[in-house]
Amino acid sequence: MSDTGGDAIDTASAPIAIQLTDIVKRFPGVVANDGVNLTVRQGSVHAIVGENGAGKSTLMKTLYGAHQPNEGTITVKGEDRVFSSPKDAIADGIGMVFQAFMLAANLTVWENIVLGQEPGSRLSLDANEARTRIRDLGERYGLDVDPDALICDLGVGDKQRVEILKVLYRGAEILILDEPTAVLVPQEVDALFKSLRELTAQGSTIIFISHKLDEVLKHADAVTVIRQGKTVGEIPDPSTVTSNDLAEMMVGSELPTPETRDSTVTDEPVLQLSGLTVKAIDEGSRDPVHDVSFTVHRGEIVGIAGVEGNGQSELVRSLVGLLPSTGTVLLDGKDVAHMSTRARRDAGVGYISEDRQKDGLVLGFTLWENAALGHHHRPPFAKGPWLDIAGAKSRTDEIIEEFDVRTPGVDVPAFTLSGGNQQKLVVGREMTAEPKVLVAAHPTRGVDVGAQSVIWDILRDARAAGLGTILVSADLEELIGLSDRLLVMLRGEIVAEVDPSTVTPAELGSYMTGAKAGAH
Amino acid sequence: MFERIWRASLAPLVAATAAIAISSIALLISGNNPVEAFVEMWKTIDSTAAIVDIINTAVPLYISGVAVAIGFKMNLFNIGSNGQYILAALVAGWAGAEVSLPPLLHVPFVFLVAMTVGGSWALIAAILSVTRNVNVVVSTIMLNYIGIGLSAFLLSEYFRDSENGGLVAQTKVMPESARLPKLDPIFEFFGFNFGERVDLLGFLPFAILLGIAYHVLLNRSLFGYELKLSGMNADAAQSAGVNPKKMVLITLFMSGAVAGMIGLPFLLADPNFLKYGDAFPVTLGFTGLGLALLGRNSPVGVAAAAVVWATIEVATRRLGSLGIPPEIGKILQGSFLLAAVIAYEVVRRRNDAAAAEDAAAATRDDRSPPPSPAPEPAPIGATS
Repeated sequence: MSDTGGDAIDTASAPIAIQLTDIVKRFPGVVANDGVNLTVRQGSVHAIVGENGAGKSTLMKTLYGAHQPNEGTITVKGEDRVFSSPKDAIADGIGMVFQAFMLAANLTVWENIVLGQEPGSRLSLDANEARTRIRDLGERYGLDVDPDALICDLGVGDKQRVEILKVLYRGAEILILDEPTAVLVPQEVDALFKSLRELTAQGSTIIFISHKLDEVLKHADAVTVIRQGKTVGEIPDPSTVTSNDLAEMMVGSELPTPETRDSTVTDEPVLQLSGLTVKAIDEGSRDPVHDVSFTVHRGEIVGIAGVEGNGQSELVRSLVGLLPSTGTVLLDGKDVAHMSTRARRDAGVGYISEDRQKDGLVLGFTLWENAALGHHHRPPFAKGPWLDIAGAKSRTDEIIEEFDVRTPGVDVPAFTLSGGNQQKLVVGREMTAEPKVLVAAHPTRGVDVGAQSVIWDILRDARAAGLGTILVSADLEELIGLSDRLLVMLRGEIVAEVDPSTVTPAELGSYMTGAKAGAH
Repeated sequence: MFERIWRASLAPLVAATAAIAISSIALLISGNNPVEAFVEMWKTIDSTAAIVDIINTAVPLYISGVAVAIGFKMNLFNIGSNGQYILAALVAGWAGAEVSLPPLLHVPFVFLVAMTVGGSWALIAAILSVTRNVNVVVSTIMLNYIGIGLSAFLLSEYFRDSENGGLVAQTKVMPESARLPKLDPIFEFFGFNFGERVDLLGFLPFAILLGIAYHVLLNRSLFGYELKLSGMNADAAQSAGVNPKKMVLITLFMSGAVAGMIGLPFLLADPNFLKYGDAFPVTLGFTGLGLALLGRNSPVGVAAAAVVWATIEVATRRLGSLGIPPEIGKILQGSFLLAAVIAYEVVRRRNDAAAAEDAAAATRDDRSPPPSPAPEPAPIGATS
């Protein structure tokens, strides 16, 4: 049961807000939902868990009116409903908060919230009315945001509150949140669920999708587990199950853990950073990365923890030569600090970028074209100035085989693959090039449990084989589990070094937010 | 196979129908009989001579389409091919007529001059872009006007042929050694006779070679890979170690160099020209923009687009003398282009969705991993 609001309303016997019965949704050649049942009680926080591709998003789209099911019924507060568009769903009080924020960065909070539903007349916008309503909503549900702040000045947590306010402003009583905690640090997660409790206490109903089972068990009043398009578990009282039980339901096997077993750390340094600084673009503002020095040894994973936006991404990008920096970076004793990205890659730097869809893959390229990315000028992808298509395809086949990329072939475009399989292709690509150092940013972000465990295995095996890895991640379990050493970054500097075998996620969270000063 | 051809031609067919419908409406509004107009157009192109005419017309259009397609492939919009080819044609026309070389060297020399001038003019925009971050669209558009003005100045002040009294502003006629022979004899050898009225001009093989070279560059070379990569995802290209500045410089130069060849069919092979002067066509570069779009930047697609364009041009030539406004040709071309772009997008989305579903179906269930074939490629030179 929930630790914050379970006693406010006895949710187990509350009236049913939403009932989905035997939902079947077919796409040509695929049955995405194959008899899903979902019962959500009013005033409850209901979690939906399942692997990527299990059909959660399809189900939520059905409920939100983005498409219509082929079979099955939707009942809202006891009445049968057919939603032909999201407009119908919002008219029935169902609102969706998407995982990727859809906010205009250069508009203010209130402008974003009222967009499309502006108060006032056709010709004049009643800004004060908007501000007042937003403040009222904020006070009522504990979602404090300054209506006049610019979106681009807000942190991730605030942006999410704006997204929630946007839905509430449209009168939603049933909120669907798609992986709302994926981008938050532990403290922000707690704040989010506190707000959600505030909402349920006043009669709203929350449905949230999550991969993080501990969080689901801690905060949800009820859980529905989906696997391969079917409901495989309906748990009205999560206190009766463990996260292992949930994981088994989700994948049909045991939950993997990121624990690295024996230390393989050697005393041979493979990457030495000293005084690495990425200068701020504007004169006078803080350097994104300031005077960072540390050493990665062969067989060592050095984890970098930090709230997003504290320089990790700039550190990573400067290490692979995508951002100019000062200071020295010794790779195997050779200074690579002034080399181009290509030269660094050729010298043995592997790179898993933080957003595979942004710069890790070309979604419109086929798998073999993607497997060549960054290595395309070397065999087996190239013969002199020409592409070696046969060589590239056979290398891609090897990657698919070895790294368990599920695909019908090497000639399909990358956008047809699920996130987990895309990421396995990226990791496989970098690993087959046999780097000396791997710079990995969020290697398992947005991938399902199955792919996550494969990727962890790959990182562990490479570590055992002597690879030095810099691991940046927002997943603290992953950082603590995989790293041999953990550095905390705050405002562009390394502020603490902690021992992953003794630190807890909460403790790490305090270092990350600066609440606790560390020894470095 | 049939399925594949059907998929590839569906969008153009829909677009053609829409274009004919729109121009019929335009004809009706202007008080003409659309049926009569289209019958006349058909009559005009229903002969061997007309087909030769269409091919001759399509050749420079094709080169123009390929020139901008190269840039489009990496999202570099070279709107300046017009200025590039005019300047190139003027300088190459002048230089070609000034030197005397054996035929085997003379033709390559004119090519070299034209391509260097066209490429260099485009390079100005490229340099402005990589050093000062000037938008390529804007700078290439502006350079059109400078190029056209500069060529008018150069022609009247320096490159004018003074021997015929200098009354007409044109360069000297190309000497015999720089002319490409007509291709009629080859076809006559195989028993085809085009008749007296037309000749199949000698530039056609170069256009075909250009198409093949473009295909090989695009689909077989590392440079082509980096070109497409930069166009589809500039961030990914950078992460993969591709130097974006170098790519902009090389690609714009190449685009300009090919644009420089647009005027060569007239200078080297068309007996009506063989020189740069007043009657020289001066808007072919702009036409290329539409053709690249229509042909989806693919070597074959742009060729098809150029032929369609040329067909409409030839078909509507005679309409004026019949009292039907020949502008209907422009309406046909314009509405066909717009309808095609819309139809491509619709088909692309449908194919993408189908590909995603095929892949999902093939990987979804481990119990039955079906070796599903790869989805069909999108029609004529899809975005990949």
